[in-house]
Amino acid sequence: MFPSRFDYKSPTSLEEAISLLAANEDAKVLAGGQSLIPMMKLRFAAPAVLVDINNIPGLDGHGAQSDGSYRIGALVRHADLEKSSTLGDHQPTIAAAAPLVADPIVRTRGTFVGSVCHADPQGDWASCMVALGGSIVAQGPNGRRTIAVDEFVSGPFQTVLAADEIAVEAVIPPASGTRKGGYLKLERRVGDFATAGVALSLEMSGSTVAKAGIGLTGVGSSTISATEASAVLVGSSLDDATIAAAAEAAAAATSPRSDHRGSADYKRHIVATFVRRLLAQHQPVEAKVA
Amino acid sequence: MTLFEEVPVTTTDDIPVRRVEMRVNGETRAANIEPRLLLAHLIRNGLQLTGTHTGCDTTNCGACTVLFDGQPVKSCTVFAVQADGHDITTVEGLATASELHPIQEGFKDEHGLQCGFCTPGMMLSAKALLDENPNPTEDEVRWALSGNLCRCTGYQNIVKAVLWAAEKMRGGAPADASADDGGDA
Repeated sequence: MFPSRFDYKSPTSLEEAISLLAANEDAKVLAGGQSLIPMMKLRFAAPAVLVDINNIPGLDGHGAQSDGSYRIGALVRHADLEKSSTLGDHQPTIAAAAPLVADPIVRTRGTFVGSVCHADPQGDWASCMVALGGSIVAQGPNGRRTIAVDEFVSGPFQTVLAADEIAVEAVIPPASGTRKGGYLKLERRVGDFATAGVALSLEMSGSTVAKAGIGLTGVGSSTISATEASAVLVGSSLDDATIAAAAEAAAAATSPRSDHRGSADYKRHIVATFVRRLLAQHQPVEAKVA
Repeated sequence: MTLFEEVPVTTTDDIPVRRVEMRVNGETRAANIEPRLLLAHLIRNGLQLTGTHTGCDTTNCGACTVLFDGQPVKSCTVFAVQADGHDITTVEGLATASELHPIQEGFKDEHGLQCGFCTPGMMLSAKALLDENPNPTEDEVRWALSGNLCRCTGYQNIVKAVLWAAEKMRGGAPADASADDGGDA
């Protein structure tokens, strides 16, 4: 399969890339290309110009900042996150999801930020970003702006990025306590999209939940933020009754479709089960005994 | 004058052809290409290195896997222009003139293939794993190969082949699980 014809630009600075986007109507940014290139081959996408950002230095770093936030540059590959020895200490939710994104070969090439920009309702990273309250930093001709992920994604495969803006990094805000969390995904085989996935973020103050976020993958027409379920958790010590209530609230927040991956009821059941499992991992010892 | 002489077609298209230069299996190769040419097609049709197989052409199967600066990529999902200035290894880069690569030996010794279509991709994923982790567990081998699909073997002998190669590359004598397959040794 061949994509439609396009012109290819490989700028070596962000400024050059942004001016190329501004000068060319129907231009598209190419980072890892693991969603864009298949879509171009199927002719679901046919940009006239591809602006390849892979030769721009300084976009491939990720790490904790002095203010406690965590930044992930636009060229950080899924595999960079999967193989990081320090990510788990700072961002357990992202560290848990990294090995479950696509398959090992796609992970060497595909990027975290590119995946969020692709805005596939079945994307794993969007759920993590929703759970963690993350933002995307976009750079355009007039400088940078920070956009919360729930505003950034405006619909399936749609974002609020302007035609002359590039998503340069993702930012996870500092935790207000000890950060805990995880990601669970049910897939029929490696590399498939999630039948259902749950991202959990907890900020613990001692054994009490100070802040919580739950993002759901593949169980609605967009990534779902299970806000009622996370509200149930705040102030609790993750006792069994709270966990059961959160699982029920998360399942109620979904609107899955029955398809070849499973029935709607099955997917709701998986979401409740995953929420229970993830929370049980972080249940304080005394709550388990009670 | 022959009966047929192909002449270049002139095009009004203003998309420029790009010259790219890359190291393929250690050798510098250059080509003029259209940006939409996929790396898999440059390798197979342009460079005539047909060991790289195109399976699904939809980023699923991993048959077209090559190493891009040492990392496995699906060459059907990378544009050839993106390889400009980079280092590509295909299955043809594994063996030397005189001997097979230990991974190839492992696949031969442990019967790690049946139809052989997925084998080049499997071997390159295995090479990337062993370059990074010379002593993988069986689980780590299975994990590393989980992006490469095989419709014949059930994967058992592929995993054995990679473990065999790992041991050989570490300098040990691989425990020859199939030593008695030949019968009256």
